Amino acid sequence: MMEKEFTNISIPTSLYKKIEEKIKGTEFTSVSSYVAKVLRESLSKEEENKEVFSAEEEEKIKERLKALGYID
Amino acid sequence: MISPHGGKLVNRVLNVPEKEAVLEQSSSWLSLTIDPDLVSDVENIATGVYSPLEGFLNRPDFESVLKNMRLKSDLPWTVPIVLDVSREMADKLEPGQQILLRAEDSQPVAVMTVEDIYDYDKEEFSRQVYATTDPKHPGVARVLQMKEVLLGGKIDLLNMPVTPYDRYRLSPKETRILFKEKGWKTVVGFQTRNTPHLGHEYVQKTALTFTDGLFINPVIGRKKKGDFKDEVILASYEELIKNYYLKERAVMAILKMEMRYAGPREAIHHAIIRKNFGCTHIIIGRDHAGVGNYYHPYAAQEIFEEFPDLGIVPLFFKSFFFCRKCNSIENEKTCPHPSSEHIQFSGTRIRDLLLKGEVPPPELMRPEVARIILSFENPFNE
Repeated sequence: MMEKEFTNISIPTSLYKKIEEKIKGTEFTSVSSYVAKVLRESLSKEEENKEVFSAEEEEKIKERLKALGYID
Repeated sequence: MISPHGGKLVNRVLNVPEKEAVLEQSSSWLSLTIDPDLVSDVENIATGVYSPLEGFLNRPDFESVLKNMRLKSDLPWTVPIVLDVSREMADKLEPGQQILLRAEDSQPVAVMTVEDIYDYDKEEFSRQVYATTDPKHPGVARVLQMKEVLLGGKIDLLNMPVTPYDRYRLSPKETRILFKEKGWKTVVGFQTRNTPHLGHEYVQKTALTFTDGLFINPVIGRKKKGDFKDEVILASYEELIKNYYLKERAVMAILKMEMRYAGPREAIHHAIIRKNFGCTHIIIGRDHAGVGNYYHPYAAQEIFEEFPDLGIVPLFFKSFFFCRKCNSIENEKTCPHPSSEHIQFSGTRIRDLLLKGEVPPPELMRPEVARIILSFENPFNE
């Protein structure tokens, strides 16, 4: 079974120590797991909706939704 | 509108000229007959329900899902979507080869380009996904029945699989346009495999208080013995919506997919699917997607802590009950009275009454809903 792949990043020692204090007694087992969670959260907020429907496609779908009684 | 999982809705439904071209070339290809659950998986991949998946998992993604509950790209994904084949079939295949996937009625469903052929450990699969290797667990039992080898690779849908419930079948593209047309900016998804009792209605309406719309999304497909039949679930919800919901605030469409009963992992899977349908929120109740006593009642809520990047907001609910003293539906956070005053929304009790042909008390189930259920000769899966 494959293991998770990791890489190193650098953060100021003072910040590392601050996080180390903050996660004491929490579900985080390491500074790395805390940083990974915060980064994932931050990146997901920036997730962009690239979904664009063409006018033709949208019209066709609206017709079906009308026929099925979902919209008037 | 909320972004689909991975940023883009997958569309692998071939248009007519593409389909004709494939079918013309396919006469010499090997074909593989797949069961109705796999047919539903193919449909869900092709129509974007399982975005960002474009096919059945290759080994690196499969192993990453088992171990990390994420695809290799780091995107949350908790339930492996895999295609199992016999060793004999696997020996005839090699990466790059195209095969036809056929339904049990031999109708061609999709073309698959094989990318990966690999062995897997059923015990490890069960332990990681279901947190047990007990063969009595329905999900584990299913894994044990699977064939020995997995095939990974992209699929392209040739024919939309037949369903008796086509009137309720909407793709994520369609639900997204539906929600936009309704003017809903926030939509809460409700996953169900049951007919509705008042506890369900209370949870849905509480969630709807905070969102613009409610998307009721019953799972249609293989379930366990004793569960309500699909047609009964749909008819009972139709009746509930007609009598007790605002038409401009609630819609229902089906999700064709087998229930895996993977508890916490399946709760995340359900959330991803509803995100793809365009829901901004999902209701997660007590023992979501659980079975027996395999999972802690709130494990399916706690697991969301591990996915800050899921992109859909879970709404957690405790167990509700009817309190005789309050004369209303309450939960442990709102009711000061002892449990002797509480009537639990027990699925078993409601089922027992219905089996005897009796209408459950109105504080448990709407009489209109009960009557619809009782209009079926046998409302339960055998």
